[in-house]
Amino acid sequence: MNAPFYKFNLFGFDVSLIIAFAIGIGFGFMLERGGFGSARILAAQFYLGNMRVLKVMFTAIVTAMLGIFYLSVIGYLDLSLIYVSNTYILPQVLGGLILGVGFVIGGYCPGTSMVAFSTGKIDGLVYVLGVAFGIFVFGEMFPMLEGFFNSTDLGKQTLPSFLGLSYGLVVFLVVVMAIGAFIAAEWSEKKFADRNPEKSI
Amino acid sequence: MTSLTKTFTKAFEKDESHVHIEIKAKPYSNPYLVGIGLGLVLLAAFVIMGRGLGASGAVSTAVAVTVNTIAPSHASGNQFYTEYLGDGKTSPFKDWLVFEVLGVIAGGFLSGSLAHRVKKGVDKGPRVSNRTRLIYAFVGGGLMGFGAKLARGCTSGQALSGGAILNLGSWAFMMMVFAGGYAAAYFLRRQWL
Repeated sequence: MNAPFYKFNLFGFDVSLIIAFAIGIGFGFMLERGGFGSARILAAQFYLGNMRVLKVMFTAIVTAMLGIFYLSVIGYLDLSLIYVSNTYILPQVLGGLILGVGFVIGGYCPGTSMVAFSTGKIDGLVYVLGVAFGIFVFGEMFPMLEGFFNSTDLGKQTLPSFLGLSYGLVVFLVVVMAIGAFIAAEWSEKKFADRNPEKSI
Repeated sequence: MTSLTKTFTKAFEKDESHVHIEIKAKPYSNPYLVGIGLGLVLLAAFVIMGRGLGASGAVSTAVAVTVNTIAPSHASGNQFYTEYLGDGKTSPFKDWLVFEVLGVIAGGFLSGSLAHRVKKGVDKGPRVSNRTRLIYAFVGGGLMGFGAKLARGCTSGQALSGGAILNLGSWAFMMMVFAGGYAAAYFLRRQWL
């Protein structure tokens, strides 16, 4: 076991901030490369004309998931030291719905709006201000929402533990599901090619 | 003298016509290759730090600090804000997510610059005005900020990072983001199509 490096005290807190900045550069670079700095491309996901969001997201999830899985199998990465947040099923389901609606209305998500803003898009900046306002409203309502926010706590739950399947089998099923989603995405992009803004950008 | 001015003006005009020639933006990269790249960045975060990526948390810190600056007693009485303000000894901005998001802004600018995609403007569908688009951007951002706090993370922290470690709540969240998006899309088609 050597990883996660930070948990094995290979470097201190201040160095972790430099690493955060470096990893952020990679994150922002990839988001921009993928076309995620454009609200039109992101929104086209919901009109089936441009499926970059699904393709990039699922490829990234599969890549990282396989990396984590195999590194833990060979004993390099200690899975128990990886931060898994608790599942609060109802707040997360409702939060996801609100977020999805906000995605179509605003055209971005918090991370992609930063990239849009950094490449000169005024709507990206306005979106970031909107996110800040939404968080402020949540903060002001927090005493009222606290009960719901902390409800339906299922503890640390992963798909393998919840479904009662082995870690490896769930990894395999996710890969199969992703391949199915990619085939569907390619098909839908062809069928709704007239709704793809990428060609006119 | 006048002919000299004329020549000078002409030269200047010619120069100006050159300025209008814009370097064409490069097309976006192959989404599957970008996905592998993004996945490796995410994997690096897990291997080096033991945690994934995020975006909305940094905005939360900024909001909590702002509220605390304007109304300190109000902020200290609210557990949501105090969690982001820390112990009061170190600056709340000395935070992993804050530095990561500063990196995201730098990385986005770097990639955009290299591909000639940095351009001031408003990204919108062909049928809406800039004003409408900006109002929608603010409202959508507001819903996103509220929803992200309720779900304990956004597309980066929950869907992407939690998705890769097979967190149950993250997968439920991710499915609901797509469900909410597709359910609302029809009513917003005028803005985008």
